[in-house]
Amino acid sequence: MSLPDSFIVHEHDVLVIGAGGAGLRAAIEASAAGVKVGVICKSLLGKAHTVMAEGGMAAAMGNVDDRDGWEVHFADTMRGGQYLNNPVMAEHHAKEAPERVRELEAWGAVFDRTKDGRILQRNFGGHRYPRLAHVGDRTGLELIRTLQDHGIHQGMEVFMEMTVVSLLKSGGRVNGALGYDRERGRMHVWKAKAVVLATGGIGKAFRITSNSWEGTGDGHALAYHAGAELMDMEFVQFHPTGMVWPPSVRGLLVTEGVRGEGGVLRNSEGRRFMFDDVPDAYKNQVAKDEEEGWRYVCGDKNANRPPELLTRDHVARCINREIKAGRGSPHGGVFLDIAWIKEKLPNAGAHIQRKLPSMYHQFKQLAGVDITTERMEVGPTTHYVMGGVLVNGDTQESSVPGLFAAGEVAAGLHGANRLGGNSLSDLIVFGKLAGEHAAKYAKANRAVEIDAAEVAAKTAALEEPFARRAGENPYAIQSQLQDSMQDLVGIVRTHDEMERAIGIIEDLKKRAKNVAVSGHREYNPGWHTAIDLGCLLTVSESIARSAIDRKESRGAQFRDDFPKKDDACSTFNLVCRKAADGSMEVSRRPLPPMRDELKAVIEKMK
Amino acid sequence: MSSPASRNGNHEATRMVEFRVWRGDRSGGAFQTYSVQVTQGMVVLDCIHRIQADQANDLAVRWNCKAGKCGSCSAEINGHPKLMCMTRMDALPADRPVTVEPMRSFPAIRDLVTDVSWNFRMKRRIKPFKPRRPDRPDGSWTMMQEDVDRVQEFRKCIECFLCQDVCHVLRDHHKHDEFIGPRFLMYTAALEMHPLDTEDRIADLKQENGIGYCNITKCCTKVCPEHIGITDNAIIPMKERVVDEFYDPLTRLFRIFKPR
Repeated sequence: MSLPDSFIVHEHDVLVIGAGGAGLRAAIEASAAGVKVGVICKSLLGKAHTVMAEGGMAAAMGNVDDRDGWEVHFADTMRGGQYLNNPVMAEHHAKEAPERVRELEAWGAVFDRTKDGRILQRNFGGHRYPRLAHVGDRTGLELIRTLQDHGIHQGMEVFMEMTVVSLLKSGGRVNGALGYDRERGRMHVWKAKAVVLATGGIGKAFRITSNSWEGTGDGHALAYHAGAELMDMEFVQFHPTGMVWPPSVRGLLVTEGVRGEGGVLRNSEGRRFMFDDVPDAYKNQVAKDEEEGWRYVCGDKNANRPPELLTRDHVARCINREIKAGRGSPHGGVFLDIAWIKEKLPNAGAHIQRKLPSMYHQFKQLAGVDITTERMEVGPTTHYVMGGVLVNGDTQESSVPGLFAAGEVAAGLHGANRLGGNSLSDLIVFGKLAGEHAAKYAKANRAVEIDAAEVAAKTAALEEPFARRAGENPYAIQSQLQDSMQDLVGIVRTHDEMERAIGIIEDLKKRAKNVAVSGHREYNPGWHTAIDLGCLLTVSESIARSAIDRKESRGAQFRDDFPKKDDACSTFNLVCRKAADGSMEVSRRPLPPMRDELKAVIEKMK
Repeated sequence: MSSPASRNGNHEATRMVEFRVWRGDRSGGAFQTYSVQVTQGMVVLDCIHRIQADQANDLAVRWNCKAGKCGSCSAEINGHPKLMCMTRMDALPADRPVTVEPMRSFPAIRDLVTDVSWNFRMKRRIKPFKPRRPDRPDGSWTMMQEDVDRVQEFRKCIECFLCQDVCHVLRDHHKHDEFIGPRFLMYTAALEMHPLDTEDRIADLKQENGIGYCNITKCCTKVCPEHIGITDNAIIPMKERVVDEFYDPLTRLFRIFKPR
């Protein structure tokens, strides 16, 4: 049986799914290895969610504070992740990030500069020294544009506005992907020797999120249904500072850079509540008073960081607590104040506008708030998933031969909580590794024929919604899922609520089989929403099931019924896989071993 | 592609607004009217999403970040090229319907979505960045902040293509084969003014890329959502370099008497 003529067939050695920072970096690396590369973008090239990243990319270059180095960065990352991280990945990341950043400069990136003309680095939560290479507060744009502009001259073939709906396999190996183009709604088959997933996150599983419509966990679901394992899915990062007003921008990110530049959090009583609760692991690293915190912001090497720059999980919980205790702002957040620095700096207004231009713009235009003179209202927003495809820390290959993953869709680097700035560096470090090893795999393995029957069956399922005259509205199901995840599997969790969420998800899975869409196949967002639903349901289920099984509070997971960290839970990651009967199976996986040398680094940095 | 807008509580004042949205495809189309409940703080994109979720599931619109950072949701609102996500409803006249149509300088695909692939082809035509040798053994360079300020201004571009949409050379005269448009004149300027770059793109600007067509009406600058000084800071200096290289009589005279 061969593929019908209505399919458009492409052939590559390495197929990269996703064109954010990780995908483009992987595609560049694979192209450099001399193999034929295809890149699939869900949107237009250069619009992926990476573009939204603001604060910077963490790399221990030591340009601002020469006490920094890979060992400090490694220890910071492990501490931030509550030691559930894969140490092999944390080591690659800390050691290789500086070179990856310098490489961006060689490809045309223009970072902000130090006084002596080197790449400037800024403070961020959980990083001991100023470490984030940045461009104002639009670092993600600089990253994606640099990779895009460099990448288009490297010979890769780019497919814009196309979505992959299934990975294809033969003989246990991945051999391609099935998808459609938005413009015409035609079906495409990409034959490939190796596939790199770089599809980003899952934020759209929740109602309040900083993620765009694309963040529907496609790669997580593709990998899961292809037999790969998902790890650490209970760890979803709620960024402490999203906009809360006006309602239409609720969840939109307010960069941690605001706090890095001296912004402080206050409750309705005007109290800097972050001083009230400092976790033991950070007791020696936090300023004892406001004056010391400001000295840190100004670069005083003897000062400790203000408590606003503690890790995101902790700051988000503190904000949540203030709001619940009735000490919130008028629209249900708390106050973030950068304007106060005018007490310290003569030209504070201009300084804020230069350091945080897009924040200034965003608040001015969308909320009518001038952040150089007024306080912002902020609250937690679903931002990032630490969990993802379980990969080999050295090669980024999943348990399915030929299938690789990098960036947010992969698990391991961040453990139970990601430090700000470690995402952009994650993309370039592991994007490169994935591209390199996928190319190597493609060179070592022959192409495997596509199973036309498999393609036909999967395509038929996709087209069903058009055939139903009276069915469910896909948007309504998506909203209900988002509401349930937000309310029942959000920032504070309990066993009973999550069991309820599972029940709802099971029900929604049935209803999703009965969605109907109107219109035709060309650029039909109703149809695309119906297709994305399947992915959202899979990742939501894995988040809820994993979160139920981790009976403790650690990192991004806070359980009201198990509010303490439990040493017994510090020895394993949770892994989801699809069982033979199609159900989701969650199991404990012992943490990967850590080399003695790395253990010593952690001890030394305590 | 649903929006949280559909579920927001109505704790702010609401009003009904009439929308006229262009619906159609390559073969043509027409405005259709929708009535939308608008609450305080909503932007045009929220209203489009509300229509999509409740009244027209298949209404095609391109968007991503909803924060003015990705440049996907460009359209013409009441005739003005704008980002839908950054256009607040309370900034539009309340006494008449809101008209939303796709960018008119690019071929329609469907409804508010246009085919902007020409822009991606134009970019590939421009010679890529080519740095000088690194200044330090670790592969890094020394650049001062004041030397990169101008380039950083250009690199704020989110590639929304609104400048391309409004440029009369493209919009009215359809010079797409001979003129790369303000976006890519500025892209060239960013490369030419990059302190590390060693490539020369001035002859290309004059010949293949048609900088001479620009007659500095500054329409591009006016619509730029990033407020980049496209004309003054990028295009005019590039025009000056072209003049210096090809037309300056003093340079020519100089060359006659003192040949290189």
